[in-house]
Amino acid sequence: MGYSRRSMLAIAAAAVATIGLAAPAHAQKTLRAVMHSDLKILDPIWTTAYIVRNHGYMVYDTLFATDANGEIKPQMVDKHDVSADQLTHTFTLRDGLLWHDGAAVTAEDCVASIKRWAAKDSTGQKLMTFVDALEVKDAKTFVMRLKSPTGLVLLGLGKPSSNVPFMMPKRVADTDPNTQISDFTGSGPFVFKRDEWKPGDKTVYLKFDKYKPRPEPASGLAGGKAVKVDRVEWRAISDHSQAVNALLAGEIDFIEAPPHDLLPLGLGDANVAYVDWNPWGNQYTFRPNWLHKPFDNPKVRQALFYAFNQEDFLKAVVGDAKYYKLCSSYFPCGTPFSSEKGMDGLLKSNFQKAQELLKEAGYDGTPIVLMHSTDLAVLTNLAPVAKSLMEKAGFKVDMQSMDWQTLVARRSKKDPPSAGGWHAFLTSWVSADITNPIFMGFMNAGCDKAMFGWPCDADMEKLRDDFARETDPAKQKVIAEAAQTREAQVVTHIPLGQWYLGALTRKNVVDMVPAPAPVFWNMAIK
Amino acid sequence: MLAYVMRRLAATIPVMLIVAVLVFLMLRLTPSDPAAIIAGDNANSEQVAEIRKRLGLDQPIHTQFVIWMGKTLQGDLGESFFFKKQVTELILDRLEPTVSLAVFTILLAVMVAVPLGVLAAYRQGGWLDRIVMGFSVLGFSVPVFVIGYMLIYVFAIQLNWLPVQGYQRLGQGVGGWLQRLILPSLTLSVVLIALIARITRTSVLEVMNEDYIRTARAKGQTEGRVLIRHALANAAVPIVTVIGLGVAALIGGVVVTESVYTIPGLGRLTVDAVLARDYPTIQAVILLFSLAYVLINLIVDITYTFFDPRIRY
Repeated sequence: MGYSRRSMLAIAAAAVATIGLAAPAHAQKTLRAVMHSDLKILDPIWTTAYIVRNHGYMVYDTLFATDANGEIKPQMVDKHDVSADQLTHTFTLRDGLLWHDGAAVTAEDCVASIKRWAAKDSTGQKLMTFVDALEVKDAKTFVMRLKSPTGLVLLGLGKPSSNVPFMMPKRVADTDPNTQISDFTGSGPFVFKRDEWKPGDKTVYLKFDKYKPRPEPASGLAGGKAVKVDRVEWRAISDHSQAVNALLAGEIDFIEAPPHDLLPLGLGDANVAYVDWNPWGNQYTFRPNWLHKPFDNPKVRQALFYAFNQEDFLKAVVGDAKYYKLCSSYFPCGTPFSSEKGMDGLLKSNFQKAQELLKEAGYDGTPIVLMHSTDLAVLTNLAPVAKSLMEKAGFKVDMQSMDWQTLVARRSKKDPPSAGGWHAFLTSWVSADITNPIFMGFMNAGCDKAMFGWPCDADMEKLRDDFARETDPAKQKVIAEAAQTREAQVVTHIPLGQWYLGALTRKNVVDMVPAPAPVFWNMAIK
Repeated sequence: MLAYVMRRLAATIPVMLIVAVLVFLMLRLTPSDPAAIIAGDNANSEQVAEIRKRLGLDQPIHTQFVIWMGKTLQGDLGESFFFKKQVTELILDRLEPTVSLAVFTILLAVMVAVPLGVLAAYRQGGWLDRIVMGFSVLGFSVPVFVIGYMLIYVFAIQLNWLPVQGYQRLGQGVGGWLQRLILPSLTLSVVLIALIARITRTSVLEVMNEDYIRTARAKGQTEGRVLIRHALANAAVPIVTVIGLGVAALIGGVVVTESVYTIPGLGRLTVDAVLARDYPTIQAVILLFSLAYVLINLIVDITYTFFDPRIRY
């Protein structure tokens, strides 16, 4: 060959220089985030998946929103008038609201969006049982006429978590609710860059320059959504430790939900900070299946309440007391309907009382098929703790391990536990999803219409209906407490404590708004 | 030769059919439900049932198989349950990173392992031989992901020479493309280097005592020429075989490596699809990998004829 050693060295040096020079320039105002999951579905009404909800908050806006105190505030709505008989709600949109294609947001768009949301969402469905008509009055005004008063109008339209009533253009909102949308035009603070969306790689949003934030400061999901970066990229890094490595190396700026055990690694770096963006946190929950013995007997379910204590679960999964809180309330502590009413003596691991209840119930030693999720760190240790406490109370437990997706599939089966069904499993709820008796899916005791576990209790359903009809927040609280007291008797599920998991960010990322969902308005890069 | 190639290609048809049936059945027998995953954690039974119906998963398995097979035979691999994109489009989009990674890894492995193996054989029992053999044991024993994390810790975190993760398309610049391929390729190539170096050493050792080597030396040829022109050329068949096996083994390796390094290739697509129970994507990717495996074996068989003229098909 005709290459000398010197020319080979020169080529090698040039190649190294090329690599260095070709390294991508980091735009100053690009925020690179790793979310808890990759974004694969884009319709936040079609699925309840949290990552799609988070995408919804980027691209779409809402008529109302929940602020940091849990109060519902107007967002796209400028004026909300309620008639004296509380049967007519008139909504007037703010001036200057635009879709990403430049068209004005109209009342017609909002009516179509509410209808599509209400066809899918359980709160929306309940709300629509009160609605007589939804009428467009003019380009900026629409009217909701009710058959009877309900407190669900604001609670529903300001619902903070899945499914959030996001507003879409009428042509999009007219899509069959069971078909995914294919036009992603919103009126939110960010524009979805469809051409740069690579599932499994990255999702890109650009600042919507024509977005008109409200004048108030941002508070929770409400207030002014001022965008302070030009571009947000959600990078799909599925390996948590790699995400932390990338953060330490400055390749990304934000990790939405790093596991607790990796927090010390991240926080060991002076350039990394912990941001508690979700002050309401999450709640662990035990769900029994009412269809099968022995959990068809309320006394056996009550025995669980006496057998469990929250601290054992929280210590086993979360570990560091900084990131959990004991909370003997079905409605998460810190949210408006939180209360300890009806919970005296429960969740204290009183095994003697639990054994007495099992004896009274005539529990025959039927093994409890307890589904154990093994692949999600925030859930893995829950089932072994439950098994241990249940056995101390006198239960026989057959803990069956599986990945979460298998559990998700199996929990929808009504078959007997011996034929592929189940008796119980443990999961976690985002607190924003369970702030009142209507939102709280596990409190639905509508038999076949209830979520998996299928609790069936007419009194509980009456209390939920009463809550839906009530418009006075003080009276709503009394009803919520009554529902909780009823819960302690019938036990549709058991709250096992609150836990928190914030984000790790580079220290130059500032001003993230604490909210029930991770939102990117107001965030800035210094 | 042509007849042989045609026969081998024809033989891939029943192989692919068997793979198709097995993959389809195994996925359907797994206790999972893509509809429940798509619907999200807060969905009720009705919502899940509606999605199941839309995806055609409420139909009997044999009906689902006939529909899928019919479409596949027409070249339609279906639409991903999750991505709302044609599977063919997804695969084509993910092909470049995987092919780049595989080619780079194989080139790296061959360029390092073959000379090392030859030198180890030439210096049998010497320190170089011992190092190569020691490295081989290590390369076989340490899992790919451990090697990956160690390389990341040293070169990306401590020295900050290379990026921790990610991929840049070739079209966006050769420098960035190369920069992001170095660590993943190194990770993947360690086991291949160990395997190829060891086989090269053994094969070269076997031929070093042959008469034609002695003859070449007697004719006054340089040691380098003896090693490359006579020893390596005659030891090539087992080396090519093991390189072929290595390429096939890469299929498994890219799944782990692409996940560790966040490379949006076919391996990562496979992991994502399996976790999400995205049946159409899993089926298509496994069919593609199986086809690649069969074709690699065929190419290796054909390559033998170039290195050893005595082999005829």
